[in-house]
Amino acid sequence: MSLTETSSGLRHAVWVLRGNLVTATAAAGAILLALIAIFGPMLVPYDPVASDVPRALQPPSALHWAGTDQLGRDVFSRLIVATRLDLAIAVTAVSVSFVIGAVIGSLCGYVGGKLDRAIGRFVDVLMAFPLFVLAMAMVAALGNRVENIVIATAIINLPFYIRFARAEVNVRRNLGWVEAARACGDGHVSVVLRFLLPNVLPAMAVQMSLNLGWAILNAAGLSFIGLGVKPPTPEWGIMVAEGARFISTGRWWLVSFPGLALMLAVLCFNLLGDGLRDILDPRMRT
Amino acid sequence: MMSPLLEIDNLGVTFSTRRGLVEALRGVSLSLQSGEMLGLVGESGSGKSVTGFAVTGLLDKAGRITAGRVKFKGQDITRASGAELRNLHGANMAMIFQNPRAALNPIRPVGAQISDAILSHRRLSKQEARAEALKLLHAVQIRDPERRLDAYPHELSGGMCQRVMIAIAISCNPSLLIADEPTTGLDVTTQKVVMDLLARVVAERGMTTILITHDLCLAAHYCRRVVVMEQGRLVEEGAPQTLFRAPQHAYTKRLVASSPTATSRVGDLVPADEALSVLEVKERPTPAPGTPPLLDVQHIVKRFDDGAAAVADFSMTMAAGESVGLVGESGSGKSTTARMICRLIDPSEGDILFDGYSIAKLPARDFHRSSLRKEIQIVFQDPHESLNPRFTAFDCIAHPLLRLTGLRPGDALRSRVEECADRVGLPRELLSRFPHQLSGGQKARIGIARAIACRPRLLVLDEPTAALDVSVQAVVLQLLDRLRREDNLAFLFVSHDLNVVRMMCSRTIVLRAGGIVEQGESLALFTNPQTDYTRELIEAIPHIDSPTSLLPA
Repeated sequence: MSLTETSSGLRHAVWVLRGNLVTATAAAGAILLALIAIFGPMLVPYDPVASDVPRALQPPSALHWAGTDQLGRDVFSRLIVATRLDLAIAVTAVSVSFVIGAVIGSLCGYVGGKLDRAIGRFVDVLMAFPLFVLAMAMVAALGNRVENIVIATAIINLPFYIRFARAEVNVRRNLGWVEAARACGDGHVSVVLRFLLPNVLPAMAVQMSLNLGWAILNAAGLSFIGLGVKPPTPEWGIMVAEGARFISTGRWWLVSFPGLALMLAVLCFNLLGDGLRDILDPRMRT
Repeated sequence: MMSPLLEIDNLGVTFSTRRGLVEALRGVSLSLQSGEMLGLVGESGSGKSVTGFAVTGLLDKAGRITAGRVKFKGQDITRASGAELRNLHGANMAMIFQNPRAALNPIRPVGAQISDAILSHRRLSKQEARAEALKLLHAVQIRDPERRLDAYPHELSGGMCQRVMIAIAISCNPSLLIADEPTTGLDVTTQKVVMDLLARVVAERGMTTILITHDLCLAAHYCRRVVVMEQGRLVEEGAPQTLFRAPQHAYTKRLVASSPTATSRVGDLVPADEALSVLEVKERPTPAPGTPPLLDVQHIVKRFDDGAAAVADFSMTMAAGESVGLVGESGSGKSTTARMICRLIDPSEGDILFDGYSIAKLPARDFHRSSLRKEIQIVFQDPHESLNPRFTAFDCIAHPLLRLTGLRPGDALRSRVEECADRVGLPRELLSRFPHQLSGGQKARIGIARAIACRPRLLVLDEPTAALDVSVQAVVLQLLDRLRREDNLAFLFVSHDLNVVRMMCSRTIVLRAGGIVEQGESLALFTNPQTDYTRELIEAIPHIDSPTSLLPA
């Protein structure tokens, strides 16, 4: 069964992508980003942290495709190498909040009652904070490390997943197939984990994709204000922050290229989210 | 003879879908005289609703009129502009939909919604419109209309909401009223009241009506002329008595045969050449007196958190292989009772003995671990939503086997699932499909196969055919009856359809507001009810034979 399942799933994905150019482009972009993150650091022409002061602040040329920065480092190589870190932070943070949020949210939606109300109020409190400020405070308190950026990003994403999973499970918990599962010998825990969760995954995958873009921005934002990754590590947010000083003197390439990379990455994941639902929902398959 | 009010000439409608164009109507021709009530009968997919939508110009975007004309008062409305159509709606034609609660705006008082309809077509002040709305509520016989005017839809019952819909529909005195399954989903007694009201209102106001319904008997009861549709075509037309007593077309014959009536038997529902050989499997002899019952329900009560009782003091016993019907209207507690017996919810009081073992003490939360779980299985009402959308048909049937019998994935499991599919008449090649790729009847079969997979001794059937077309219902009922005889299964058959219960069950229990009103042998109970409530229920069922006495001659 699993074999036919996968092949029909693939065929369906191809069908959706062929009919939807935007989703197909976004999917191609996301795959490209992933490939760059995995293989990019092995392929870059220059060492991203090696400075070469005599060649500082050169505009884009055949040798340095995106120019060089104030220490003579190759901006293109730094951009490529930074992809891995930025994506890794975003993907880890979103995965963590997805897993925790989905489980907590599903429980709230299924059990209801006091547990639901208690967690609901906690989520309200969390969402009442300006989320970026909350992330700043957490990183400042926990220390300026990559793990802490991941934790902070995960926590500020958590309320969305809890609410989302709760709502999706709540509308399904009284459906016939949930009762049927119990009559077939499944307990409540098994019903939530093996029946309800898989059914809310497609909707949550959309949310994940949208959130991924947001998480990349968030990580870059923290670095931009100096609370994230420390220089000289190549990271899009730091690169924008450092380049900003030179914008008034006409060195546009220092800011534009990392900014463009950020924008494209966020755009890719956002557009992908829209098409993802069509791919993942088995009811759309025929 | 004067010219007809509505003339449909060779109408064709196609819908563009992912699988290409689908022809919904293929050359439908109809004409309606002023003041007539026409019944449009057919099963799902026959195109009866599409006809209604095409006439009112409410086809959704994917649908297109490809051929023919619809002439209303001499004007061809297939070519009418948007503005002309808007003028036509309400003032000249109006529609009543199936689900009144969904058709009403939930956040506006019903009085305001009636006024809106009036104001969009007539120049009146707000006060005048409100007064008009009040008159209409009187006309549709809503009790205490002054107060109801400011009520919200959720504060009214389903029948009340449908009356409000009727009030909105007649608010501008349209000459044509299209009622699309106006009483589907309402209880029989409510259905009777609403339909009687509708018939009287349209007769008083001289409106022409098209009654779209899947229920032959309903159409026969209220219409003087009935049209039967199948796959986008008209197959037969005539006065209901002649049409249904002596159907000519093969489809009408089948439809008439499969509609349960007060006298039909399970074996009669399907034409002989397609019928399962139900009677070949003999009824087992009733167990000797003194044999302990299979199921003994003792004074169970279900209370909600606020103390109100959904089920108050319900007791019954059942022998192995026996079939007991549980009938009642919505809110009578029949589903709650079924779920308590099936151990999906806990009774607040009382005890349930299965095969002599008390099973009520084990909380429903833990009952899935009990060895009796596989002995008591349930078939759910709506086959569409009782199957996990991410499970294939195979997974659905295999699920209880994996959980309850200790079978592991492999050849043994596969052959067991295939055997179940064979028994319910589900073709094996459909086992790899997902629920949304299957028809309602096929899904119903999967639901039954899943329930009988572990060879239970008691099967609770919660309105197992309520969501199915009559011809599919007929086949499913036969199937269930055969399975019962083959396995000596006991059935607890929950239904609001008294004709079905009478056919399927040897004993019937009538529930009302959580309590037992009457119980006894089905035959005796239906021919000679002892309580007014049961009599009222039985009399509310429309019959093909009943005279269309409500219409003026």
